[in-house]
Amino acid sequence: MSKVLENLLYTKSHEWCLVEGDVAIIGISDYAQDSLGSVVYLEVGEVGDQVKQFSEFGAVESVKAASDLLAPVSGEIIEINEEVIDNPELINSDPYGAWIIKVKLDDEKELDSLLDAQGYRDILE
Amino acid sequence: MMYKYFPHTEADLKEMLKNIGVDSVTDLFSDLPEAVIYQGELDLPKAHSEIELREKMRELAEKNKQLIAFRGAGSYDVYTPAVIPALTSRQEFLTSYTPYQPEISQGTLQYIFEFQSLITELTNLDISNASVYDGATATMEAMFMATAQTRRNKVLISSALNPLVIEVLKTYARFRNLELKFISNDELRTSKEDLLEKLDESVAAVIIQNPNFFGVIEDAEAIVNAIHTNKSLLIMNVDPSTLAVLKTPGEIGADIACGDGQTLGIPKSFGGPYVGFIAATEKLLRKMPGRICGITTDTKGRRGFVLTLQAREQHIRREKANSNICSNQSLMALHTTIYMSLLGKEGLVAAAKRAYYNAHYLERKLLETGKFERVSSQPFFKEFVLKTDLDISKFNQYLIEKGFLSGLDLSCYGPNFKGCILFCATEVRTQAEIDEFIKTVEAYHV
Amino acid sequence: MYDKLIFEISKSGRIGYSFPKTTIEEKAFLDEKYLRKTSPLLPEVTELDVVRHYTNLSKKNYGVDEGFYPLGSCTMKYNPKINEEVASLPGFTGLHPLQPAETAQGALEIYYETSKMLSLLTGMAEFSFSPFAGAHGEATGLMIMKEYFLRKGDYKRNKVIVPDSAHGTNPASASVCGFEIIEVESTPEGIVDPKKLKEVLNDEVAGMMLTNPNTLGIFEKDILEISRLLRENGSLLYYDGANLNALLGLSRPGDMGFDIMHINLHKTFSTPHGGGGPGSGPVGVVEKLVPYLPNPRIQKVGTKFELREYESSIGRVSGFYGNFLVVVKAYAYLLSLGKENVKNVAYLSVLNANYIKEKLKDDYKLPITGPCMHEVVFDGLRSGKATTLEVAKRLLDYGYHPPTIYFPLLFSQSLMIEPTEVESKETLDGFIEVMKKIAREAEEAPELLKEAPHTTVVTRLDEVKAARSPIIKYRDLK
Repeated sequence: MSKVLENLLYTKSHEWCLVEGDVAIIGISDYAQDSLGSVVYLEVGEVGDQVKQFSEFGAVESVKAASDLLAPVSGEIIEINEEVIDNPELINSDPYGAWIIKVKLDDEKELDSLLDAQGYRDILE
Repeated sequence: MMYKYFPHTEADLKEMLKNIGVDSVTDLFSDLPEAVIYQGELDLPKAHSEIELREKMRELAEKNKQLIAFRGAGSYDVYTPAVIPALTSRQEFLTSYTPYQPEISQGTLQYIFEFQSLITELTNLDISNASVYDGATATMEAMFMATAQTRRNKVLISSALNPLVIEVLKTYARFRNLELKFISNDELRTSKEDLLEKLDESVAAVIIQNPNFFGVIEDAEAIVNAIHTNKSLLIMNVDPSTLAVLKTPGEIGADIACGDGQTLGIPKSFGGPYVGFIAATEKLLRKMPGRICGITTDTKGRRGFVLTLQAREQHIRREKANSNICSNQSLMALHTTIYMSLLGKEGLVAAAKRAYYNAHYLERKLLETGKFERVSSQPFFKEFVLKTDLDISKFNQYLIEKGFLSGLDLSCYGPNFKGCILFCATEVRTQAEIDEFIKTVEAYHV
Repeated sequence: MYDKLIFEISKSGRIGYSFPKTTIEEKAFLDEKYLRKTSPLLPEVTELDVVRHYTNLSKKNYGVDEGFYPLGSCTMKYNPKINEEVASLPGFTGLHPLQPAETAQGALEIYYETSKMLSLLTGMAEFSFSPFAGAHGEATGLMIMKEYFLRKGDYKRNKVIVPDSAHGTNPASASVCGFEIIEVESTPEGIVDPKKLKEVLNDEVAGMMLTNPNTLGIFEKDILEISRLLRENGSLLYYDGANLNALLGLSRPGDMGFDIMHINLHKTFSTPHGGGGPGSGPVGVVEKLVPYLPNPRIQKVGTKFELREYESSIGRVSGFYGNFLVVVKAYAYLLSLGKENVKNVAYLSVLNANYIKEKLKDDYKLPITGPCMHEVVFDGLRSGKATTLEVAKRLLDYGYHPPTIYFPLLFSQSLMIEPTEVESKETLDGFIEVMKKIAREAEEAPELLKEAPHTTVVTRLDEVKAARSPIIKYRDLK
């Protein structure tokens, strides 16, 4: 049974999002890292890039699969977790601790289109 | 029904049909609509026995004329050491599949690793793949690596690139809405001035060939900085047999080197199979198409080889893959790997220099006949262009009748090339052959 | 076990080649500024070193000549040695591609005649041998599709439909040509549902790519309906020829309504796989699409063969004319088969696959009942006691190359077996026996599978390490 944290919001494409003020911290869920297998590579844009909700902001690769990363919210990338980029295996060992990017929220209302923990659990069934 | 490639006896058929639970093989095709079953007999040739086949093929081979080549233009007369076919025809190499099951494909994987290593050494770049189809499609893939990396849509191409390579680039570019612009040449060398004029922020890459189609050695160092300042990539289409002596793409600062490995011991073969290669800087690793082999360890800590970074490829990325390439030219990569190993450090230099001196001797002798004049004063490697007043097609036809494949008639490339011939002498030409050729040229009277 | 790289057996001062002494004076070479300064790490070895090295490497491989290769979708049939012999005749290998057509009539005749024979077999009008492999043929075929619509002034057609069971090269090739993909869902029987297809058809659809039999080895029984729907929609139908072996001489894609197709000569037509190439992926089209075939085309004028370029062509897709020597091998194979034997390729390959299906269905899950064609797909062990990967790795211990695994993507434990027509009942029985044994081992001694292979020169390799920190050249090791 994959882990789902209560205080996070989720996308149907298995990204999670933690909102602190007007900043969204983004990563991928336990289910995602488990389906991918050992992550070998992570690629994202640059600080300053604009991302759009549900559009691609990067890609994650394992030995047998590759997946696009879709942004839960729109906004500007203000920080990238270089440690995870250099050590992508952290995504497997700690998917909710290993955040990938931080985005300055353009529009709080977009959060309404995301799933809460129970909503995400429901789609995992 | 007996045929040497079908093992099924009457008894086998009976037993197998019984096991399956049908009366005849045709029952297994019951899903096929009547309308798609071909009625009657296809008008194919009758089955040839091996003896008849040998005779037929011999006849066909004899309808082709073997000529002493003084023509290059993308396909070169080279020496194929006997060791190469002896090794590449080994069934373990020839009849094996793509190494997706690495535990029983270590032979293939290791030679791919050696090929990658040799290509990076010759080009002096960081990474290489397991081969692509040919030099032209390698250049096409390099072009798309650059557009994917820079996200720009225009590519500048030297007009001194092999015209057939340009044709392939044009085909692919058109379907992907890439804009191609051509850089003019000056005395058969890519014009720096024209390049600088055409560089703008929509240019993903600049593609030059070295030595170029006319045999001339380009001055790539003079343009690389401007290209990089423009945040574009420099792609060099190169002849790997010259890289043992010529300044390498890596030293020049090129981002991608691509080309055809035919000059590394592959017979001319009427155009194929050859082998394309792509080498690039580290940061382009994930844009590199095709298979890549890497080193790793097994459960017992022993060294082993595997296909790696497969998440870039079509079988995983599907429509998001950078390229659709699946099968490459693996056995030809082995062919050239053995060639590079046999010739080695010394031999590759010796062969390159020999081609250089042969071509320069040929040029001097052709000029001495008085029938030709120089078109460019730029340095050349093993090919060069001369101009003549002779009717080239009649002249070339005469030489064919004497057993020589003379230089390529360039007149079809535009008014500037009227009367121009592209000659070539590789490392396998002997002085006797060249002298005989010259004698025949001298004897030519209109 | 031999474990050296060619660089590791290198010793300064050794050479492995010989050139005649040159009598041409070696005067001044190029100016310094054009020369390389860095010294490349190239081997210095003798001829015997090279022979031993690669001979020893070859022993770590496994070829069709030594054993069964049941790879689904790959058609690993016997590669006749006479084909190798004829393809190495100097009259073929010594030809310059740019020598005048009159001096290469034998070569052009081979291209022309092979195109004719393949056209007869498939119901197409003409073939081009420019594409170097199947994927290349696909991309070329799709370019022809696009060109057809562009020339008609129809610029809306930018989508191509593929079934969700399609081989990865299909959508990848469509992308290479600038098409967008629409995936259509297969029925539980694994075939295309004409009703679902109808839902996605509109005036933006250029065409559809299909394999028949499909990648599950099942014949698309609604093919006539499918081709009719596409035709009525003004779209074209593309045939991925990877599975042609099941139909050779019996049924023709042209008669099913396909307009464009490619063939894999290194599958259906016995040319060797070479460890991953060179192959050949000729593309064939119906009459109305012939003008768009890649340049140059080989034409017969009177009794002579010529190379001609056409303005209507999509252009060149390869530097010269494709993998000529590979086509020579396929031509020889076609002459060897002849009209008498061609149909049996289809009959016997389908017979062999069904035999395996019947014999293994008790131990392996058969997701689709009913006859298969030349290949059969199982969805892993019935018991579920081991994964398909583990079964595959354990097969290596018994000296077999595993079948295709994890493709098609429709089943999570896909195991696709294609026995080809050349395999005898004894070979199939041997394989069946081992597969049944492995199924039993999965229940009784599963560690044998989990840690397999045990007897190969290397055991399971760490692919994660290889991808995380790639070492892809010798210099990285130094």
